[in-house]
Amino acid sequence: MSKTLKTLEDVTIRFAGDSGDGMQLTGTQFTNTTALFGNDLSTLPDYPAEIRAPAGTLFGVSGFQIHFGSSEINTPGDACDVLVAMNPAALKVNLGGLRDGGIIIANSDGFTEKNLKLAGYEKNPLEDDSLQKYQVHAVAITTLTQNALQDLGLSNKLIDRSKNFFALGIMYWMFTRPIDLTVKWIGQKFGKTPEIAEANTRVLKAGYAFGETTEIFVSRFEVQPAELVSGKYRSITGNEAAAWGMIAASVKSRLSLFLGSYPITPASDILHELSKHKNFGVRTFQAEDEIAGITSAIGASYGGALALTTTSGPGMALKSEAMGLAVMTELPLVIIDVQRGGPSTGLPTKTEQADLLQAVSGRNSEAPIPVIAASTPADCFQTAFEASRIALKYMTPVIMLTDGYLANGSEPWLIPDASSLPDISPTFRTDPEGFHPYNRDDKTLARPWAIPGTPGLEHRIGGLEKQHISGNVSYDPANHEFMVRTRQAKIDGIAADLPPAEVEGDPKGELLVVGWGGTYGAIRVAVARRREAGKSVSHLHLKYLNPFQENLGEILYSFKQVLVPELNLGQLSRLLRAKYLIPALSLNKIQGLPFHADEIEKKIDELLP
Amino acid sequence: MNLVDELLQDAPATPEAKLTGKDFQSDQDVRWCPGCGDYSILAQVQRVMPELNIPRHRMAFISGIGCSSRFPYYMDTYGFHSIHGRAPALATGLKIARPDLMVWVATGDGDGLSIGGNHLIHACRRNIDIKILLFNNQIYGLTKGQYSPTSEFGKVTKSTPVGSIDHPFNPLLVALGAEASFVARTLDRDPKHLQQVVRRAAAHRGTSFMEIYQNCNVFNDGAFFTYTEKESKEENVVFVEHGKPMIFGKGKDKGIRLEGFTPTVVSLSDGKYSAADLIVHDEKDTMLSFILARMSNLPDLPRPVGVIYAVDRPIYEAELTRQIESSVGKKGEGKLEELLNSGDTWSIN
Ligand code: SF4
Repeated sequence: MSKTLKTLEDVTIRFAGDSGDGMQLTGTQFTNTTALFGNDLSTLPDYPAEIRAPAGTLFGVSGFQIHFGSSEINTPGDACDVLVAMNPAALKVNLGGLRDGGIIIANSDGFTEKNLKLAGYEKNPLEDDSLQKYQVHAVAITTLTQNALQDLGLSNKLIDRSKNFFALGIMYWMFTRPIDLTVKWIGQKFGKTPEIAEANTRVLKAGYAFGETTEIFVSRFEVQPAELVSGKYRSITGNEAAAWGMIAASVKSRLSLFLGSYPITPASDILHELSKHKNFGVRTFQAEDEIAGITSAIGASYGGALALTTTSGPGMALKSEAMGLAVMTELPLVIIDVQRGGPSTGLPTKTEQADLLQAVSGRNSEAPIPVIAASTPADCFQTAFEASRIALKYMTPVIMLTDGYLANGSEPWLIPDASSLPDISPTFRTDPEGFHPYNRDDKTLARPWAIPGTPGLEHRIGGLEKQHISGNVSYDPANHEFMVRTRQAKIDGIAADLPPAEVEGDPKGELLVVGWGGTYGAIRVAVARRREAGKSVSHLHLKYLNPFQENLGEILYSFKQVLVPELNLGQLSRLLRAKYLIPALSLNKIQGLPFHADEIEKKIDELLP
Repeated sequence: MNLVDELLQDAPATPEAKLTGKDFQSDQDVRWCPGCGDYSILAQVQRVMPELNIPRHRMAFISGIGCSSRFPYYMDTYGFHSIHGRAPALATGLKIARPDLMVWVATGDGDGLSIGGNHLIHACRRNIDIKILLFNNQIYGLTKGQYSPTSEFGKVTKSTPVGSIDHPFNPLLVALGAEASFVARTLDRDPKHLQQVVRRAAAHRGTSFMEIYQNCNVFNDGAFFTYTEKESKEENVVFVEHGKPMIFGKGKDKGIRLEGFTPTVVSLSDGKYSAADLIVHDEKDTMLSFILARMSNLPDLPRPVGVIYAVDRPIYEAELTRQIESSVGKKGEGKLEELLNSGDTWSIN
């Protein structure tokens, strides 16, 4: 039977199943193949906090969404075109995200009476007409997997674990992707258990062949490679990019990198990644708690290392006293907060942007710390490097904000030329002549970095207020005010060292949409679409949240209205209102999920009818 | 070579001239209450330092919060007065980043065993090569007299007007339970012994835990006088020494014998027992270390003072350095260009 081949500009696919079904792995494989194929893409892993949630339940559903195309892709996609559902719960949870007319590929073997009941279906939706507005393909994936592996003598449990490769095989066929990259990966991953490698490869090929031969699929699709800027690319997640950005900063600062960290979702992958790169002299320390994570990093910084601590919201709260110590002792330190849903334990595996105010001012007393945010997974590299640059140049802790979506999401990354990264090496103080620990540089107001091991510079620092210049303990009222103001002036002064903020679109007009962090893609798409529709709307995305760039006020005042979409109750908008006295409007979403571009478009249309 | 290694190349690893205790005194006025036991501890540490043949610039003293934590200000070395309870964690980071430094921690019973208990036990467990001086005065001094985690049950203080109902910690047992490789107890009012213990701790490789009985003459005066004053000391303290039988008492007329697992006081003067019947201290004996430490809580037994336990085991930062060197040996020194281009990449022209 001949099948038609249709060309699409972009497609969004969601793989969904039980948390034990390997959906994250399946999605990652599809992503890597698609990246190598040359499409632009963006991904959204979405998984439960439980490691192995009870099978078949709604809350145990694990999903992985990928949006890829032949033109620029900025978001993981609003509505899905294809939903792969391994069981009824996966169908139920994700059906709302599927566009009308979208394709459902369901593992009919997973639609057992028990699973239907667990998902709250009274009747099997594959067998009644409730899915009429979609193109439903019920495939007996489990049975077909068993058939493919019949002669291998594997246990049912092992066979069952391979079935995600069948689904992957179908998707490779349907979207005309080569399977070799995954075949190679299976060989590497399961090299020690050849029978499992063989099983997974066979099932993958069986899935592909099924697409080819079955009569249920009448068409397949192709998505041409995107016209990206020429160069060499790789796929990278936000956590990997952050880790690599810190390694780059270590190389370019000529300091060894120290990471003090306590495992926490969704930041742990930075610890995992950095602990692999010991040959860069990276010293990773899995501390006994969050507080030890940061205080050990402060100790390492005191000793002359490029010091890093990584965490997420609850850990940030625990670190706040030590951040104050880093402010007081004026030591360089990078703090990466991979934000997740809160408060308290909140939604560990979901994304949110609600730690901004905590980062900017969540410490006792006047304890200013620069705050910068990454806007895409790959941007975490540059942002980590920039955080290190500021920390070293100004002798200050710097907070870098990412979020769960950036951390786990991935995108193609134009690999930077390592030699193009600037030298950020500090100068240690070595001359005892006229040395005082708090004698500041006139321009940056940074104090000298005098590390233990330097003859003649023995001195004491600590959390008590310091006498200006000498650094001795001082309780003098006038000195305290002077030091509080000086520490603030040092951080404020960084603004002069930042590149100017740049507007995407016209530099003035009716509406400016201001965002920060991981909402970049969604805002960019929404604004671009509304501009095409003739609206006077522009986009400004802030990397620098404390201090703000010097030209920010001027930009804000050039628009009649300012809209700030945020995954919180309006934190940046509050900062902008306070500092620039403008009636910034908020668009808020607090569902543990990123914005869809159309949600922002709707708001723009409301404001610019 | 990184910037720190470059700097260290030019810095002498041994003192250029012979140092004295005075060289370790900073220019800051010492501000403990007159008569406080901290003075003696500071003086003994300063006295021992020159013997170590380590230059002042290679030493760092780290502390948390409390009276004892003022210690670094008075040492003319590198020093860091950090936040409450966190000194072992900060010292751990410093020592991991800079294994070339000699790192000391000054802490107290509140700082080290209450708010910072977690860091203290994990430093011991990891065997980071840091030297921990725990000043035990069984009271909160700096906050003006509340009971501490080592205060005795029933203790009347500002926060326990009708007596404490907290059961106290035995610091030696905490350290032993946390797998410390060096555990000792000494007395502020026995300068010679204090010096000996500091010397031993300095020579030990790995976490050295020293509990120092320290008199807070303002809020808990005389808490340890039974063990530190001439009249009562000999009858109530047994100074343990590796390889020697446990003898104590005014006329060296008593000893400690093990009956089963229970240490018991026996007389050496009635002809029934001789030194040969007593426990011979063995610093490497794990079981014995727990029995000795436990003696502090049993009535009718003298307090053991001295090096209770000292064994060699792998040191955290040395192991980490070994892993780094082996990784460099296997993969070569990391090159950024190679890292960025590693794995699956593709080109678009
Ligand atoms: S309060 Fe007690 S421990 Fe503190 S300095 Fe005074 S005497 Fe010493």
